[in-house]
Amino acid sequence: MSQRTWKKGLAATVAGALSVGVLAGCSSDAGGGEGGEVTINVALAANPQMKTAESLIADFDEKIPGITVTFTTLPENDLRPAVTKDVATNAGQFDVAMIGSYEVPIWADRGWIAPLDEYASKDEAWNEGDLLQPIVDIVSKDDVLYAAPFYGSSSFLFYRKDLAEKAGVTIGENPTWEEVRAAAAAMEDEAAGISGICLRGLPGWGQNLASLTTVINTFGGRWFDEDWQPQLTSPETTEAVQFYVDTLREYGQPDAAKDGWEGCLQQFSQGKTAIWYDDTVFAGSAIDQAVDEVKPNIAFAMAPTGPAEVPSGWLWSWGLGITKSSKNKDAAWKFISWVTSEDYIALAGEEAGWDSIPPGSRASTYEIPEYLEAASSYADLTMRSIEAADPKNPTVDPVPYTGVQYVQIPEFVEIGDFVSQQIAGAISGSQTVEEALDKSQAFALNAVKDAGYLK
Amino acid sequence: MSTMTMTTVVAARPAMSRHEKWARRGPLLPALVFTLVLTQIPFAVTLFLSVQRWLLLDGSVPSFAGFQNYLGVFQDEVFWKSTGNTVVMTGGTTIACILLGLVLAFLLNQQFPGRGIARTLAITPFFVMPVAVTLFWKSAMFDPSFGLLGFFSRSLGLPGVNWLSEYPMAALVMLLTWRFVPFAMLILLAGLQSAPQDQLEAAQMDGAGPFRRFLSVILPHLRPFIELAALLLAMNLIQTFGEIAMLTAGGPAYGTTNITFYIYLKAFNAFDFGMASALGVVALILTIALILPMLRLLSGIFKTEGR
Repeated sequence: MSQRTWKKGLAATVAGALSVGVLAGCSSDAGGGEGGEVTINVALAANPQMKTAESLIADFDEKIPGITVTFTTLPENDLRPAVTKDVATNAGQFDVAMIGSYEVPIWADRGWIAPLDEYASKDEAWNEGDLLQPIVDIVSKDDVLYAAPFYGSSSFLFYRKDLAEKAGVTIGENPTWEEVRAAAAAMEDEAAGISGICLRGLPGWGQNLASLTTVINTFGGRWFDEDWQPQLTSPETTEAVQFYVDTLREYGQPDAAKDGWEGCLQQFSQGKTAIWYDDTVFAGSAIDQAVDEVKPNIAFAMAPTGPAEVPSGWLWSWGLGITKSSKNKDAAWKFISWVTSEDYIALAGEEAGWDSIPPGSRASTYEIPEYLEAASSYADLTMRSIEAADPKNPTVDPVPYTGVQYVQIPEFVEIGDFVSQQIAGAISGSQTVEEALDKSQAFALNAVKDAGYLK
Repeated sequence: MSTMTMTTVVAARPAMSRHEKWARRGPLLPALVFTLVLTQIPFAVTLFLSVQRWLLLDGSVPSFAGFQNYLGVFQDEVFWKSTGNTVVMTGGTTIACILLGLVLAFLLNQQFPGRGIARTLAITPFFVMPVAVTLFWKSAMFDPSFGLLGFFSRSLGLPGVNWLSEYPMAALVMLLTWRFVPFAMLILLAGLQSAPQDQLEAAQMDGAGPFRRFLSVILPHLRPFIELAALLLAMNLIQTFGEIAMLTAGGPAYGTTNITFYIYLKAFNAFDFGMASALGVVALILTIALILPMLRLLSGIFKTEGR
């Protein structure tokens, strides 16, 4: 017992020493208010929807007085290490943390975040039954809710109606990747500096690998077979990766290995690319940021399917969890309940515009007439994409993991980062797809053996 | 000459008693303790962690792993690749900075109207935040669609270059060079300003042309300045992180991952603290092996005040 405590203390020291600066500026005990005043610390990702939440906090203060909310807003890449370090070492810096759906079951398993079932069932106004079931599933562990979904999303296709018309191609509501590739070839306009398609090329398990894994699924490939034998060099996976890399090299945005979703969002909204495959949540941002000639011409379609005809949209959610170390769990829930409620979504729509509400979390969002009008081109497709995604059976053959665009095991971050680097190498042309996949297969094999999945 | 004076001063100092010595050292102790606490404790902890198996995400408690982490480091292909990248990046940028810095220092050492403004402008890149610099270069310089380099090659009728996909290391060295040239230039400019005018005049009288004067008089005089600039540059560049994280995320295929960035990936992406600590220790040993000869050179500079 005492050794464990000692190790925890050590862990806190080390994690602190390793990351001096990451958290400079966040004080750990902002509490100490007067007269029963409670302060809760909330860690958020610096995405547009969350910034809106921060700016609307006055409404929360008004409805529930006595709770002061302190925000720590960090870019996604910094949020993950900061929050992981905090919960894993029980440091108690944050009461509420924003967590991606990949982490929720892992953290729940470690006991780093508190189950929310009790709070949710007592809080009738929060209306748990209104949440979209596929999203609830990915922020739960063994059917117990561990994070309240702030928004949910899938992936689909963005394209330019005007360019399609000009090139004489039509993109149906359920296109195949072959059709999309042909359309990209036709819509590409080198003289005008418009590429045929923009796909993520930047290394990172949440960057190029997310898009690529959905393509692998719909080509019939998978990450691991039922015995955790990596399947990265199987004919299906190879074909899918070759397709992705070739499409990107032939018709994709120039200098593709440097672009993540940020880069593609810029390319698409500035009219530099004709087609873009990415997260449904960027639909609002793309329309919002688009230049005048692009804005009226943005159209959407479901995620393209491959030879295996598996619906290939991914499934993701940013949820809010209460850390185990929080001393103000009740106050934390009150904040979570406010920011993920129907009322909040209505408030955000009225105050900040219907393009910037957190979408994809509640069925009732898709019954708000103002939202349906503002998001008429993508609201229905978003909803259908979310419902079509199946994280338990992402591809044709059975898999031992859950997750559409990721593999729900702690080791996936390391495996995914390695593989995504190799894929970026293939996209840049510094190695062939075979070389990239051979290295990836060897690395993945080593990793699952090391972790004890593969005997 | 001044060396002699110093020796005389030291010799002339009256011998101090133990008590007196401690009376002088005493006030410095808190600073010493502070430094030790801040630098040596994390180092000791890193050493301890480097022989532990501790993956934060798999939920296990840290356990003793012997030298397995070190073995892992040496067998890790990516580690060797990032070591090579560190050498290429640090060496390439240092050399480019010295050469360009020398040219700039020469130009800015001439008499011309507006020299003060030109000097100020020439050193500004060094004072811009790395993240801002990198974001600017990424979208406004390297980007084939939006960037200046792409614009130039298009207006010359050449195809655009995919800098960050095809020549990521060259792009990184370019960016770092742009950022650090002012630093080299400042040191070299100071060296040029202290160039021995009498010797230069004598050489001119003897019929030496400008090139000869540069080679035989100025360059030997500048040597300690170049060495100093190179050392300080290398020490700064070996720690490069922000530029890599923002520009390429270490890719493609780890093509721009240096040791610093690789340690970050291991520690804060994979949360493998044992392996990351072992990497840190190995990187430290390599760095010391690299820097020590250069430091010796530098202390030589200080002792002899130039040769």
